[in-house]
Amino acid sequence: MSATVREAAPPASPPASPPASPMRLGLRRFRRHRTGMVGLILVAVFIATALAAPLISPASPIAASWDAIRMAPSLAHWMGTDEIGRDELSRVIWGARASLAAGVVSVVIAAAIGVPAGLAAGFAGGAIDAILSRLVDAMLAIPFLILAIALAAFLGPNLRNAMIAIGISTAPVFMRVARAATLDTMTRDFIEAARAIGNPPWRIALKHVVPNIAAPVLIQATLSIATAIIAEASLSFLGLGEQPPLPSWGSMLNAAQQFLTQAPWLAIFPGLGIFFAVLGFNLMGDGLRDVLDTHRRG
Amino acid sequence: MQGPIGARLIQLVPTILLVSIIVFALQQLMPGDPAVLLAGDAAGDPHVVAAIRAQLLLNQPIWAQYLHWLWAALHGNLGYSWRLSSPVSALIAQKLPVTIQLSAMAFFFSVAIGVPAGVISAVKRGTAWDWIANAVGLFGLSIPTFWLGIVMILVVSVDLGWLPPSGYVPLTQDPLRSLETTIMPAFVLGNAIAAILMRHTRGAMLTALQQDYVRTARAKGLSERRVILRHALRNALIPVVTLGGLQLGTLLSGAVLTEQVFDIPGIGKLVVDAVFNRDYPVIQGVVLVSGLLYVVINLATDILYSVINPRLRGG
Repeated sequence: MSATVREAAPPASPPASPPASPMRLGLRRFRRHRTGMVGLILVAVFIATALAAPLISPASPIAASWDAIRMAPSLAHWMGTDEIGRDELSRVIWGARASLAAGVVSVVIAAAIGVPAGLAAGFAGGAIDAILSRLVDAMLAIPFLILAIALAAFLGPNLRNAMIAIGISTAPVFMRVARAATLDTMTRDFIEAARAIGNPPWRIALKHVVPNIAAPVLIQATLSIATAIIAEASLSFLGLGEQPPLPSWGSMLNAAQQFLTQAPWLAIFPGLGIFFAVLGFNLMGDGLRDVLDTHRRG
Repeated sequence: MQGPIGARLIQLVPTILLVSIIVFALQQLMPGDPAVLLAGDAAGDPHVVAAIRAQLLLNQPIWAQYLHWLWAALHGNLGYSWRLSSPVSALIAQKLPVTIQLSAMAFFFSVAIGVPAGVISAVKRGTAWDWIANAVGLFGLSIPTFWLGIVMILVVSVDLGWLPPSGYVPLTQDPLRSLETTIMPAFVLGNAIAAILMRHTRGAMLTALQQDYVRTARAKGLSERRVILRHALRNALIPVVTLGGLQLGTLLSGAVLTEQVFDIPGIGKLVVDAVFNRDYPVIQGVVLVSGLLYVVINLATDILYSVINPRLRGG
C-alpha cells in the first residue's frame, strides 16, 4: 500500500502574486483536485463523528438492554441492536473514536521515530546511514501486521499498546521516505550555497532540509493513517485492540461473525465505517501526492 | 550471473541477523517474569520458578541468552510451544504448506485481475474503462481484508449457499474439495494485492506506451495488440515483478486475518491462537520464519528480475 504510481496532475496555474511556497501552491491546487476533495470531505465527516460522538449518539454505546437483543434495523434503532441489546448506531459512532485515535496517534509515533532517523541517515551518510538502513530493511522484512501483532501481544492487549505496536511497525516507511527526500534535497544548489556561507550542519538540516522533506512526509502520513486505521481494526478484530465493552469497529466485526445468520446487519455497518474512513484518507493522500509531489508531475 | 547474486547473498546476512535480533528482543517487552508465567499454578513455589529460570537461561546476561537462542535457531530449534508442548519448528512446518497454498492461489488471483485491469485502464486511458478500473482499485485498497471475507461469507455461503463458509481440506486429501474451501479465502486475500498491482501496471504501461520503441513498433506496422502485449507490456512488467515480490509481506499479513475469518489452519491461525494463549515462543517463531521467507523470496525476485531484464545480467 506504500508506493503507488499515479498519472501526472493537471497542469498548475501560474503562481499568483504574492509569491507563495511550493507547499502552499500545492495546497491551493488541492482545492481543485476533485477526488482529493471527496477524500477531504469523508475525512472531515469521520473526524467530526469521532469528536461529536457524545452529542450525536442517540444512546449509550455500552448500555445493554435485555429486551432488545439482536433487533433488525428500525426507526428506533437505525442500525439495529447487537447481541446484548446495545444500539448499533451509537456503537458505530463511538467506534470512530478508537479508529481516529489509532490512526493519528500511531502515525505520530511512526513519524516521530522515522523522520529524525531518516533525516540523520540521509544527512550524515556513512556508517549511520548504513546501520539505520539495514535496521529498516530488517523491520520491513517482517510482514507489517505480523510485526504489529507480535508487538501488541508481547506488550499486552489494549488500545494504547496497539497504537504503539502499529506506530513502531510503520516507522520504517517514514524513515525511508525522509531519507530519500533528504538525499534528494542535499543535491540542490541552495544546500551548497548554505554550506558555502558557513552555516553549521544542524542549521542546514533544520532550516533548509526539513522544510523540503515536509511534502513527502505529509503525503506519507495521510496514506499511513489509512493503513493504521485498517491495522487497528485488524488488531481489534483479533482481540488485541480496544477491549470490551468499549466499542471499536474491529472488535464489533469479531463479535458479529458469530451471528452472521441471525443478525447480518451487525457485520455490515462497522465495516462500512472502516471502509469510508480509509477510503477518505486514501483519496486525500492520492490527491496530495498529485499536487505536491514535484517528481511525479510532468 | 554468480557475481551479483553472491553479493546479494552476503548483503542478506546483516539483514537476517537484525531480523533475529528484533525477534529475540520481542520477549524483552513482556511485562512480568516469563518463568513465573510458565510456572502457572506452581508460581508460588520459588524452587519451581528457579528451575524454570535456569532451564530457560534467564539467569544469564542478555547477550548470552541471544547467542544461545540464535545458535539453536540456526540448527532449526525455535524452542517449544508452551501450550502444545511440541517443537515450534514442527508446528510451523506443519502449518506452512496450508498458508503457501492459500497465498499462491491469492497471488494467482491478484495477477489475473490486477495486471489485465492495469493494462486496460492504461490503454483506454481517460475512458469509462479507466475510471471503473481505478475505482475498483481504490475500493480494493480501502476495504479491510477481514471485512471483505465476512461479507463474502454472508453473500456466497449464507445467502447463496454456493461455497462452504469455513474449514479446510488439504490438497493431498481431496484436491477438488480443497479448492472449494480455499477459493473464496484466496480471492479475498488476493483482492488487496490485485489493487496494488493494477495501479502499478497502469503507471508502468502509461510510461512504456510513450517510449520510442513503442512508436517504432507501431511504425513498423505491427498490430496494436502485438505492440501492447509484446512490446509495451513486456517492459512494463519488469517493475511489476519486483513489486510482486515485495507484496509477500502484504500477503502474509492478510493471510493472518483471512485464515482467522475462514478458519483455515495455516501459520496465520497458528500465530493468532498463540496470541490468545500467550504462547510466546510460537509467536517469535512465526515472526522469524515470515521475515526469512520475505528475504528469500525477494532474493528470488531479484534473480527473476535479471532474467527478464537482460541489461542487468552480469552487472
